[in-house]
Amino acid sequence: MDAFMESHYMRVMPFLLEGVVYTLLITGVGLLFGFILGAIFGLGRLSKSKIIYGISSIYVEVLRGTPILAQILFIYFGLPDVLGFNIDKVTASIIAIALNAGAYIAEIVRGAVYSIDKGQSEAGRSIGLTKNQTMRYIIWPQAFKRMIPPLGNQFVISLKDTSLFSVIAVGELLYMGQQYYGLTFAAFEALTMVCLMYLAITVPTSLYLRKVERRLDV
Amino acid sequence: MISVRDLHKSFGKNEVLKGISLEVNPQEVVCVIGPSGSGKSTLLRCLNLLEEVTGGEVYIEGENLTDPNVNINEVRSRVGMVFQHFNLFPHMTVLDNITLGPKKIKGISKEEAEKAAGPLLEKVGLSDKANVYPESLSGGQKQRVAIARSLAMNPKIMLFDEPTSALDPELVGDVLEVMKNLAKEGMTMVVVTHEMGFAREMGDRVIFMDEGVIMEENEPSKLFGDPDNPRTKEFLSKVL
Ligand SMILES: Nc1ncnc2c1ncn2[C@@H]1O[C@H](COP(=O)(O)OP(=O)(O)O)[C@@H](O)[C@H]1O
Ligand SMILES: [Mg+2]
Repeated sequence: MDAFMESHYMRVMPFLLEGVVYTLLITGVGLLFGFILGAIFGLGRLSKSKIIYGISSIYVEVLRGTPILAQILFIYFGLPDVLGFNIDKVTASIIAIALNAGAYIAEIVRGAVYSIDKGQSEAGRSIGLTKNQTMRYIIWPQAFKRMIPPLGNQFVISLKDTSLFSVIAVGELLYMGQQYYGLTFAAFEALTMVCLMYLAITVPTSLYLRKVERRLDV
Repeated sequence: MISVRDLHKSFGKNEVLKGISLEVNPQEVVCVIGPSGSGKSTLLRCLNLLEEVTGGEVYIEGENLTDPNVNINEVRSRVGMVFQHFNLFPHMTVLDNITLGPKKIKGISKEEAEKAAGPLLEKVGLSDKANVYPESLSGGQKQRVAIARSLAMNPKIMLFDEPTSALDPELVGDVLEVMKNLAKEGMTMVVVTHEMGFAREMGDRVIFMDEGVIMEENEPSKLFGDPDNPRTKEFLSKVL
């Protein structure tokens, strides 16, 4: 038992626990902003205005059509050249998750809102509600329920995506694991524990989502 | 009360309404019958601008709906509409379905709106269902809630689009009963229906539509008993 406690499997843990805090921070805050972007551009994709539709489509297509690795490098190394100031690693990572997930969430929002029966908005408009009131009180609450399973799925995807940010040496989970085996050469042990840490978050999330999905009957 | 002048409506190249003119006086009940696809729903939906009108004019209480300056939301709050498939809000209780409009549009307090909903629920015979969700109601009950929801806005006019077509036969009666009571109270109503019995009994006038035009407009006894237009006779012989 002592041997196990002394092993690399255990000795890597303090590093990984520090890393997982960053992973969760970047994912959580990133997705929060990502959801706001997704709601704006997802509704934009349903707009009758050609300009709003066009801008929203460009955002979605550009962010979904380029690799997230290129996006983080662009934000962290590319943008400062133009802006004239540096962006710190965590902020850059959060921006990357927000922009990237925002594009996928936009599609989730668009699909969910579009899936609500047209009769619902007609009923709302026919009693005299404005377009915005109809969206707010009738369409959005029903659509939001349908967004929950795919949003959970996006959480899992974005969480794993943060591992790519080890390229800018932001101290998230994978990077911390790499740091450990860089010093100790215990790559097998370190990476095993890194993977287990990801699974400790993603598996319960997936199980929970399946339960929600069944309850929502979708 | 309602005045429709040479109304045209096209979906793309498909002209669905080909010049409809129609007057509905206060407290009148006008029933619209006709084969499926003849444009009955489209006509009704033009009366509260759920469909954009492509030609002609629609006046509601003297206001021209095709005038771009008209406040359509305000007009709609005066014109109730009941749909074939009820379109209740499934995420809200019966009471919330009914009080949403008064609260959000008229700015009435929750307490006041709920107090006003009491007599409406009584009117449609569903006082005991205030706090249930629509999914637990039968079709007939749903439709009566939908009627109460429209009435909560105190409309001057009620439009019904085949309100009983989606119902099991044994549930039709309760809904028709509610509509009859409304008519007796003097509500101005335009009713698209397949219920010829209702049209004959309650209609002040009956309109027979086919292929986007009004083929015949007559008193029910005349239209059902001795129609002027042979097309009317042909249609009635199929459905009666
Ligand atoms: N939103 C729409 N887009 C295109 N065509 C439509 C639309 N709504 C109705 N139509 C067409 O208009 C015609 C009349 O439809 P409708 O008014 O629903 O007839 P009815 O209610 O008499 O059965 C039909 O041919 C239908 O296909
Ligand atoms: Mg119809």
